[in-house]
Parts: sequence; C-alpha cells; structure tokens
Amino acid sequence: MTTNSSPVFPVRTAMEPGDGVFTAFFWALRRDLRLALRSRAELGVQILFYIIVVALFPLSMSPDKELLMLLGPGVLWVAALLASLLSLPRLFASDYADGTLEQMALSPLPLPALILGKISAHWLTTGLPVVVLAPLLSIQYWLEPEVIWVLMAGLLIGTPVLSLLGAIGAALTLGLRSGGGSLLALLILPLYIPVLIFGAGAVEAVRGGMGADANFSLLAAGLLLALAGAPFATSAAVRISLD
Amino acid sequence: MLEIQDLAARRGYVMLFSQVSFKVEAGEALIITGANGTGKTTLLRMLAGLSHPLSGKILWQGRETRAFDPVLRNNIMFVGHAPALKDELTAEENLALLVKLAGEEVALGALREALQEVALGARLTVPARVLSQGQRRRIGLARLALVPRPLWVLDEPVTALDPAGIALLTGMMAAHLSKGGAVIAATHQALDLPTGAMRQLSFQ
Repeated sequence: MTTNSSPVFPVRTAMEPGDGVFTAFFWALRRDLRLALRSRAELGVQILFYIIVVALFPLSMSPDKELLMLLGPGVLWVAALLASLLSLPRLFASDYADGTLEQMALSPLPLPALILGKISAHWLTTGLPVVVLAPLLSIQYWLEPEVIWVLMAGLLIGTPVLSLLGAIGAALTLGLRSGGGSLLALLILPLYIPVLIFGAGAVEAVRGGMGADANFSLLAAGLLLALAGAPFATSAAVRISLD
Repeated sequence: MLEIQDLAARRGYVMLFSQVSFKVEAGEALIITGANGTGKTTLLRMLAGLSHPLSGKILWQGRETRAFDPVLRNNIMFVGHAPALKDELTAEENLALLVKLAGEEVALGALREALQEVALGARLTVPARVLSQGQRRRIGLARLALVPRPLWVLDEPVTALDPAGIALLTGMMAAHLSKGGAVIAATHQALDLPTGAMRQLSFQ
C-alpha cells in the first residue's frame, strides 16, 4: 500500500503487522536502561524501600524463629508488590510530560512493541533486584535453603507479571492531575492478588511436602497471559490518555 | 494530499469549532492563525492522528483515515509543544533516538551534520537539561531535516526561536515546499514564505 505520490520523498509503505517489532522493542529497552543508569539515585530509592519494608517486620514483633519462618515468604512478596507499585507511576510519567509518548504513539514502529520494551526495562531495574536480593533478606527470617530457592523462582516468574499488569494501570492513570498514584494502587493491587497467592503459596506447598509445581504452573500461565495481553491493553490505554 | 471535511471538535462542553473543511496539496503551506483557546492545537492533533474528531472526516490521498492510522504515522511529521527531549541525554543521543523512533536509519556523521546546520555543533555532548528553550527547539529542526515526510504538522514552531532560528525554519519550510512537500502550521507570527504557496485559515 503506497501512500505517497510525490517522487522526492522516499515512498513509505504502511508497515505490515509484525514489521519493526524487534527494532521497536530494543529501541525502548536500550533507551530506558540508559536513562535508568543516568539517574541511579531513583533506582536506589526503590531497592532501598524494598529492603527497609522487609526489615521492618522482624523489628516490629517478637524475634521468635518459628514465627519469622512462617511470615518471611509472605512479607517478601508483599514488599515486592509495594516496591513495584512505588515505581510504576514513573513508568510513563516523564515520557508523557516531555512529549516522547506522543511521538511514540505517532511512530511507524508498533506501539505495543515499544511498550513491551519499556516494561522489560522496568522489570530489569525494579523486579530483578527484588529477586536477586531475596536470599540476602531471607536470612532475617531464618528461611531454609530449599525454601529460598522456591521463593526466588516464584519471584522470578511473578515480578514480570507485576510490571506487565502495572503498566496498564500506569497508562490509564496518566492524564490525572492529582491522586494518580493512589488511584493506581486501588486499580492494580486487586489484580496483584492472584500473583501473591500463588507466589507465596508455592513456599507453603513445599513446606507441606506437596511440591511447588502446581503453583509455578499457574504463575507461569499468568505470565504468558499478561505477556500476550498487557502490551496491547497498555497501548490502548496510552492512546486514550493522549486523546 | 490531505483533505478534511466538516471537522468538529469539543473540549468538555464547549464546542471549539465545527464544519472546518480544507484541502492541502503538495507544495502548499496552510498557516492557521487565531486567538488562544480557539482550537488550533486540537485541530493539529487531529490531523496528526493523535485525537479523534467529534465528527467529520480526514482523508489522506483520498482515503479516509482514523486516529493513529498507520498511513498517517508513515507520512506525517508532527512537532508539538513538547520537544520530546530527555534531560539526562545529550543533544546527539536525543536526536539519534528521535530519528530511530521515526523509523529512519541515519549515520552518526549525518546526525552531527544536521546538528551543525542548526548551530548546535558545539553542544553535541552536553546534556539536554543545560540547553536553552530555543536550542531545544533547534534539535526539533534537525529532526525535521533528517526524517523525510511529505506533510509537516507544526504547532507554534517559532516559539522560543531567535530571528536566526526563525530564518532557518522558514528556509527549511520553503525548501520542503519546493520539493513537493506540504506544511500545516499554527502560528501567531507572520512567516516569510513564498506567497504563492501560502494560504491562511483563521480561527475566531
């Protein structure tokens, strides 16, 4: 489908579905990672927040080994949820404010692929540190090595789901002048509940001697579903916010 | 090239404009003037495909288009109020990202040359945060030069530009028109363009 009658301009044909997906994905991924590295302080704040929330619980109750072992996995999961929520408003806010989001929506590159790149960069900078720090933080809760492995595997599958679902909420709350952050929490936290149940449930299942296969399968199914749906839902939300 | 028929827009409950129709052909510039708040930006955002009209049609080469239409995205260059620059990145990095986002592959040499053209040659490697408003605008001019698109949709393109910058912009616009491109621009300032190619549309 040619769209240009003037010979001086290179004839740009409207792209077929699927064209430029990788260009778009890596454009957004590289750019957002570079931006994150240039403003490392912001990155540190989110990770520090996660560490502090996890550290607050042992301080606030009796240092009973049994109790801490029981609560530990749940606390780490809730802290991961909150850390993800804390970083989400910034996923699109600066691109929205400086006009980049406008140009992304008008780019010939596919918007869902650009958005998936941004979400991936968000996960690498906020989700992956949560997974990597989990064993260290588990020490405060006397967690057994096999439980730590299950916890890490659950977080590794679960935290990308948090970034993917959260992106939809972040895009929907873009145009709001105030209270965007709190509305985002109300919108997204209920959607996080299944991830929390199956993620924290995996540890319980292993302790009960049942194995975590069922929980991991459900988490992974959730990840695939979110991976397939969230980029498109977020694109639609971005377009609504720009209109 | 681009034709609009009976376009109408509304902001909240206020009708901004209705029954706006015009046609822009290759080699033509349409200058939209009018007081603040009359809907110039809203109209331009609709033409660029960023927003849905309340009613009416936007046709590209005779074919009807919708908002975010791939046809519009491949043929229109939209320059809005916000320059789409990242404060943390340098002028060169910003320009490279914007050109790549527009789907063009440009060598580093051509990129630097374009920045020289807009008198930012000495500012290649400073973060955009230390650039002035006018210099930020000039990065946008370099983008116009590097991304060949038949139709430019420019919202207040001369804002913050100095006389030399305005001369640069009008020179680029005249060259674009003579190559068979078209320009739709909203501005409060008279632009020094070839009179034969220029038409005015005033909003009240």
